This record gives sequence, structure tokens and C-alpha cells, in this order.
Amino acid sequence: MTEREVVIRLRGIRNEFGRQVVHEDLDLDVYRGEIIGVVGGSGTGKSVLLRTIAGLQKPTAGSVDVLGTDVLNADEDTRQKLENRWGVMFQDGALFSSLTVRENVEVPMRAIPGLDPQIRSDLADLKISMVGLQYLAGDKYPSELSGGMRKRAGLARALALDPDIVFLDEPTAGLDPIGAAAFDELIRDLSHSLGLTVFLVTHDLDTLHATCDRIAVLAERKVLVTGSMADMLKVEHPWVHEYFHGPRARAAVPDKTTKGD
Amino acid sequence: MTRDGNSAEVSVRLTEDAGTVHVAGALTIRSVTHLHNHLSKLDAEKVHHLDLSEVTRLDTAGAWALLEFRRRSTQTITVTGASSEAESLLRTVENVLPQPEEPPQRDTSFKAWLDRFGRRVFSGLMFLRALTAYLGIFLHRLARAMRHPSEFKFTSLVHHCEEVGFKAVPIVALMAFLIGVVLAFQGSTQLRQFGAEVFVVDLIAISVLRELGILLTAIIVAGRTASAFTAAIGSMKMREEIDAMRTLGLDPGMNLFVPRILALLIMLPILGLIANAAGLFGGALMAWIDLGISPAMFTTRLVEGTSVNHVFVGLVKAPVFAMIIGVVGCHAGMQVESNAESLGRMTSNAVVTAIFAVIVADAVFSIFFARIGI
Ligand SMILES: Nc1ncnc2c1ncn2[C@@H]1O[C@H](COP(=O)(O)OP(=O)(O)O)[C@@H](O)[C@H]1O
Ligand SMILES: [Mg+2]
Repeated sequence: MTEREVVIRLRGIRNEFGRQVVHEDLDLDVYRGEIIGVVGGSGTGKSVLLRTIAGLQKPTAGSVDVLGTDVLNADEDTRQKLENRWGVMFQDGALFSSLTVRENVEVPMRAIPGLDPQIRSDLADLKISMVGLQYLAGDKYPSELSGGMRKRAGLARALALDPDIVFLDEPTAGLDPIGAAAFDELIRDLSHSLGLTVFLVTHDLDTLHATCDRIAVLAERKVLVTGSMADMLKVEHPWVHEYFHGPRARAAVPDKTTKGD
Repeated sequence: MTRDGNSAEVSVRLTEDAGTVHVAGALTIRSVTHLHNHLSKLDAEKVHHLDLSEVTRLDTAGAWALLEFRRRSTQTITVTGASSEAESLLRTVENVLPQPEEPPQRDTSFKAWLDRFGRRVFSGLMFLRALTAYLGIFLHRLARAMRHPSEFKFTSLVHHCEEVGFKAVPIVALMAFLIGVVLAFQGSTQLRQFGAEVFVVDLIAISVLRELGILLTAIIVAGRTASAFTAAIGSMKMREEIDAMRTLGLDPGMNLFVPRILALLIMLPILGLIANAAGLFGGALMAWIDLGISPAMFTTRLVEGTSVNHVFVGLVKAPVFAMIIGVVGCHAGMQVESNAESLGRMTSNAVVTAIFAVIVADAVFSIFFARIGI
């Protein structure tokens, strides 16, 4: 692999709410095609970081470059184009409750000029099937789905336009271990076959271990370290050490110094 | 496969020679309608190869269109010239191509209609049964509270009395005052034709005291309070607070229903009295302005001509209305499921049901009092 293309480049990001500084001088690079897992304690600003990159939160300082576009200073048109090239899956799916799952997935497709409604509906069915939902789930309303199904439906909507990047905020939180493992596998598969870059915020060590190519640790208001699971195990920082060597970590990362396949 | 997203290219070129279809261009969601239409004009049976060597970009929409075309043929169509990414994408999409399942047919025969009708009626009856059960729970817990006053939350009762009663006084009084004004105005125009202006006092007194005062108060309270009960209990239900209460040995009936319904039972008659007073005041004012019936004359006529029975007939309905509103509101709150939509749905259901039930009860009372001749 030569000269990996950087798809997300953050430089000197600063986010603050009132007097609370969440990020300060934060740098991060995300490469094309990788699955990057962002970890950190509760309230360290993982969700805020995701929202910053996706343009939902304006940082007080710093620059955000996504797919070669300066997100913060782009005009309306460029931003619109860019938004079609990324998909966001919010916690619990954030589906529109008045629309069926199929209609939810069709929402982003409606922006495509000249797309035949029948084809649009067929493509939505394809996306629904792609995330492992049953065909009939397309006719259901979000309130009729279980938590895991809603997440899958949220992912289907995020994938509607074949984005280059998907942002996932705690995709496996609140799922049972089997459901979570299935979701991990789904993310891996889709990333592989669609060439997706995945920006994944998670608390789940199993997810990190099973899906992520690279891990970024958020602590002390910045990205403290990035690297593979093996690199993380060598980090001396107390929080990072506790996180990757604690009792739960030992269960998720069985005695290995190198990351298994 | 290049992935430059700003390619606004929507045209694909198809050429066919000797069983091979050459596809060129960017096969993306933007061009898929075009591609699909082109492919559907071809006879799939005569095609043996799909040549993708000139495809600049392929996404899942493009892959879907190619695979749909391939699926139409009974023979195998081989794909040639695809990049390795395109091949892997085609494989992925092929594995998940949805197989349409027949949605359950909706039966439209008379029998099915009868079946649905029967179910509706049955669920209506079950709803009435459930309301009766809630009334039973309320009465039982109330009796228990009387025997064991220590279990009863007196502060909670006071709080709800303030919420449902005290805070409703301005709106109820204003509404009744305006009703009195309207009655006097309408009555005077009609009665003046017969020179019977003075009977406007009887008209106002009887309609306000007997019917309108308490009925309209109940409707306003139903709108304000039934919805508030449902929203409060429903959001507790949604966040599993009710279940938590149960596991802690706190009975929802005793802690949630009794203070609320009891507060309504106490406050609705008082609100009814306030409405009566405000209605008579509005009527008297209008009678004075419009017909020159002085307040003194209005009072004399009121005391002489109106039996106290009317006040009784009006106020005796208040506890029944209070019970209806309270039980409907609490019951609807307990039906809320764990999602926000059901909270909204049940809240508006509660208001509609409570108002409807109050009006039905009022009609039953009217017939009853007419029969016994009060
Ligand atoms: N809109 C907001 N207004 C004020 N403070 C916020 C807002 N959003 C997030 N925060 C604060 O920023 C911090 C980081 O939040 P978040 O990114 O949600 O944490 P997490 O890492 O658990 O996802 C928290 O302390 C939170 O209180
Ligand atoms: Mg978060």
C-alpha cells in the first residue's frame, strides 16, 4: 500500500461549550477504505467530534477537510455535493417516525434528479436487504422495529447514496452480544465490498477488536494516540492502559500481542 | 472504478453486437434510470456477454440494474472486462438481491368485512371493560386510603388540586362569562319579538345552571386535564418508571390514580359553581346593557322564577364527569408503550374519548331527569 489517500483531515480543532473546552488543538487523519474506531471515556467529546466532521457542529478553531473539500468554508452547493458522499448513522437510527423503513431509505435518493420512483423503491429494498433486514421490514414503521433492526435501517439510510464515508455513533450500544457481533460483521463486510471508509465511535471493545483497522483514543481534549490494537496495548498513558488492560479488555482481547485476523 | 462523486454524467452508452452488450460510462444512481430503461428494451435471451471494460464507475445502483437484466434471462450471461472492485461489488449485490415476498392480501369479501366489524365492536367493548376495571381500581384504592390514611399522599392531592382546579379558574370563568353574554344577547333578540324580554332571565338561569355551566367546564377540564394525566403517566410508563414503582412496592393505583382522580372529584364541582356564577354574571350584565333589566330586577326574577333544583341537577353531574375524565386519562396513560409516538397518540385519544364520554353521560342525565320530572 503506497501513499494512502487521506479522506478526512482535521487540524487544530477546538470545540467549546461556554467555558467547557471539549477539544483543543485536535489533529486526526483518516485514510480511504479504513475502519477507524474512536474510543474515549464518556463525555470526552466523541459525538461532538463526529458532529464536527459531519458539519453539524462548527468548531471555534481549526480546519476540517473531507474528501479534499474544506467543510467549514465551502459554499452551499459544494456542501450539498459533499453531503451526498457521506452518510451518518445516529444512535438508535434517528429514522423519521412518520415514514416506513423503505420511505426512510428513499429520502436521500429523492435528491437525485430523474430517478424513476419504481427504481428508487427497488434500490431502497436492495439497501434494506443489504443491511440484513427482511424484505417485509420495508413496509414497517420505525416504532414496529426492535432496537437492532432500527440501527440496521438507519445504516441502510446512511448507505442510500453509496457514500464514500459513513459515520457511525455507537452502533452496537444497547444490542445483545449476538446482535452486536452480527452488526460488527455487517460493517466489516460492507466496508470491504463497497470500499467504504468507516468512522466509528464506540465504547465496545469487541467491536474495536472485530472491525477496526485503526484505533484513535480521545483523551485530554485531543486524539492522544492512533494505531492498531497491538500498538494500543503498549501505550503507557494511564487511561489508555486501564482501558485496554482492564478486566473487560482482557476478555475481549485474548492473550495476543498482535492483532488477529 | 473511479469514485469521483461530482461526475454528473447521466448518460450511458450501450452497443450490441453478436450477443455481447458493451456498456460504457458511469453506472451510478444518477444514471440508473437511463441504464435500466435501455436494458429493459433489450431481449435478454439473445445476450450472452456483458462487457464492462469501458465502465468508468459502478455503484450499487448500477450493479443492481445489471443484475436485474441478467436475472431476466433464462441462460447465464457472463460479465467480462469488469475491474476487480466491480466484480466484488456485483457479487455482493447479487448475494443480497431482495426476493420479493407476496405481501398478505387484504380480503375484501363481505365475510372479511363482517369479521373486521365484529373485531371493532369487540375491542370497543373491551375498552369499556378496561375503563370499568380502572374505575374499580380507583374505588378500591380510595377505600384503602380511607382505612389506612398513612399510605395516602396528601401533598400529592393538594398539588393536583392546584393543577386541575385552581389553575383552571381563569379559563373556566372567562368561558362561562362569555356563554352568559351570548345567551342573553341571543335570547333577548328572540324574546323581544314577543315582548317577553324578562324571560331572558329564566333562559339564562336554566341553561347555565342546568346544562351549560357544568358541561362546558367538564369539556375544558377534559381538554386540559385528561391530556395532562395521560402525558404524565404515559411518560412515566415510557421510561419504565411505573415498573420501577411496582418493584419498589409502590402501587401505581394508590400513588398516581387516587390523588389525580380525587383532585378532579373535589375540584370539578367547585369549578362548576364558579362557572355558574360567572355565567349568570355575564348574562345579567348583557341583560342590563341590552334590555335594561337592572341587576336588582335580574336577582329578584332569578330567585323567584328559578327553582333550586336546577342548580342541583347541574352539580350532581360533576362527580360523574370528574370520574370519567380522570379514569379515561389515567387509563390512556397506562396504555402508552415504549415509544414517543404512542405517547402522542394516547394523549389525543384521551382528550377525544373524555369529551365524547362526558357528552354521552350528559345526554343520559338529561333523559333521566326528564323522566323523573325534575
Ligand atoms: N450542545 C451542547 N451544549 C453544551 N454542551 C455539550 C453539547 N454537546 C455536548 N456537550 C458537552 O460536550 C461533552 C462531550 O459530549 P459528547 O461528545 O456527547 O460525549 P461522548 O464522548 O460521550 O459522546 C460533554 O461534556 C457534553 O456535556
Ligand atoms: Mg456520544
